[in-house]
Amino acid sequence: MFPDKLNIPLGKSVNALVDWLVVNYGDAFEAFADALLTVLVWLEHLLRATPWWLVIVVIAAIAFHASRSWKTTLGLSLAMVAIGMLGLWDKAMQTLALMIIATGLSVIIGIPVGIGMAMSNKLRAVMVPLLDMMQTMPSFVYLIPALMLFGLGKVPAILATVIYAAPPVIRLTDLGIRLVDKEVLEASRSFGASRAQILWGVQLPLALPNIMAGINQTTMMSISMVVIASMIGARGLGEQVLTGIQRLDVGQGVEAGIAIVLLAVVFDRIGQSYGKRSQRTTTTGAGDGA
Amino acid sequence: MSYIEIKNIYKIFGPHPQKALTMAQNGENKDDILAKTGHTVGLQNVSLSIDQGETFVVMGLSGSGKSTLIRHLNRLIDPTAGEILFGGENILQMTTPRLNAFRRAKLGMVFQRFGLLPHRSVIENVAYGLKIQKTDKAERLKSARTWIERVGLAGYEDSFPDQLSGGMQQRVGLARALTTNPEVLLMDEAFSALDPLIRSDMQDELMKLQSELHKTIIFITHDLDEALKLGDRIAILKDGALMQVGRPEEIIMNPADDYVRAFTRDVNRSRVLRAKTLMQPTSTGNDTPANTTGWPEVDANMRLEDILPIAIACPDGISVVNRDHQKIGTLSKDQIIAALAA
Ligand SMILES: Nc1ncnc2c1ncn2[C@@H]1O[C@H](COP(=O)(O)OP(=O)(O)OP(=O)(O)O)[C@@H](O)[C@H]1O
Ligand SMILES: [Mg+2]
Repeated sequence: MFPDKLNIPLGKSVNALVDWLVVNYGDAFEAFADALLTVLVWLEHLLRATPWWLVIVVIAAIAFHASRSWKTTLGLSLAMVAIGMLGLWDKAMQTLALMIIATGLSVIIGIPVGIGMAMSNKLRAVMVPLLDMMQTMPSFVYLIPALMLFGLGKVPAILATVIYAAPPVIRLTDLGIRLVDKEVLEASRSFGASRAQILWGVQLPLALPNIMAGINQTTMMSISMVVIASMIGARGLGEQVLTGIQRLDVGQGVEAGIAIVLLAVVFDRIGQSYGKRSQRTTTTGAGDGA
Repeated sequence: MSYIEIKNIYKIFGPHPQKALTMAQNGENKDDILAKTGHTVGLQNVSLSIDQGETFVVMGLSGSGKSTLIRHLNRLIDPTAGEILFGGENILQMTTPRLNAFRRAKLGMVFQRFGLLPHRSVIENVAYGLKIQKTDKAERLKSARTWIERVGLAGYEDSFPDQLSGGMQQRVGLARALTTNPEVLLMDEAFSALDPLIRSDMQDELMKLQSELHKTIIFITHDLDEALKLGDRIAILKDGALMQVGRPEEIIMNPADDYVRAFTRDVNRSRVLRAKTLMQPTSTGNDTPANTTGWPEVDANMRLEDILPIAIACPDGISVVNRDHQKIGTLSKDQIIAALAA
């Protein structure tokens, strides 16, 4: 037996930290939560109130814009129709709203952090182990602090999702910028380009294919996390799976599972098509089939 | 004072350069310093003066510090010690905005692997320097078009770099560097990645442009023939230290040491040596010895390879004349043969 005396009460300290945060910054958290919730509720309402066919038309338009392929567009539209035919349209729209917000937040936070890592070796030395930890920690663990800070509901679900899903976009932004050809950067500097001109004119455009791949991975991870987050009160498709498990209703679980996969496929295809297009514009420059 | 003055530059690569710098300043050599401190000496006590309008070539083996040296001139690399003056101004004391303004106004650079922006078209690449200067769009595209034409790429404005051959890409690189109308052109092995014929074309092109533009060109190469063809003066670097600086024929005729001699061994001397370097100067200038009458006259700047056929036809001797057709010296067949055989 390992001697008890050597136990470090880490768990207790973490609890104390969370308690302290709640006591001292409770108001700030609440204000933030309210703001997030307002946006989410508005988006969810919008998606659920919009006629189903209009949602499909919009998704089809995005799919076509991304892929320039009628086949892909048709396939993805059919996937959305299938979700409706499973009787899960409304739940899927709830999940979609959560996912869009979580992914959007991940990208808004992730790209600047990734840029910062590429610029500063110090920040990178701190972030890399942190990101490793974020990704290896079982996703359930994120639910607990989110729960304690924000209680049950959608806001903690989104935050847990952001923590889980942000690492790929952060890592790939960093990687993409670091991979930019050194001579191209030197050329840019030698003409007297400022930091901002180099970042916007050279580094970000050349890192774009990697950043797009990161956004795609982040989207996929946020779909999977949104499902898990239903355990702390995120509604939508995840909830269906959860109640399926609780009631031993295999059929319901399978239906919801299929709907989740279809949703994931739709987003993956769209994301990948955008990724490919950004690659085309950066390597051969010939975008838009020109 | 020359236009560009490089004074006692040292560059030590590594996190704690001070100790290695002291050792380098005490004259210890690069390998010892690396073994004792783990720091690489990039440049060791380099001082150079470069005049406005000259083509100054820097030569040396791989790793001798050529790229490091040229990158000091636009401060892509900062020295560990020393001074760099442009027209009397110490560029090492410039703040970042001042440095950027200086780079925009005065410097253009051409890179070995071209360094073109892969996501921008030829014309956007050529206009890049002006875009950085926030010149308005119509104007910068107009200048870019002029230079694209000038380097022989008309019709390729909307192509992307990866659709062009190496030689064409480097023409884009050259046009890009010239579009901002810089006083100084920095060229780091600009033609080394090109195959021999294209390379020779580009050298001719550069010489043609230079004869009209009179830029100050710093040209890096590890190829002696290229150095001799382009350079008004040549500097030779070894392990970060300057071994010799001089006009091409000085380097060929009087190599400073074995390292320089090794460089010059295989060179085609008849292409480098000129009449004025070899001639026996006429001692008093105005009274020409009578026995030179009937000798053919050659220009002082004529190369040996062109003089050779004349010398063979006239075994007695040749008169060397300056631009005003005054006789300034004589050449004998034996002198020519001795110079070629040395
Ligand atoms: N960023 C750096 N960090 C550490 N050492 C460096 C760095 N840049 C150059 N060096 C070292 O400085 C020395 C000179 O390098 P430099 O690139 O200037 O040589 P070069 O003459 O241009 O060679 P090449 O003909 O291969 O281009 C080499 O020993 C090199 O290893
Ligand atoms: Mg080099």
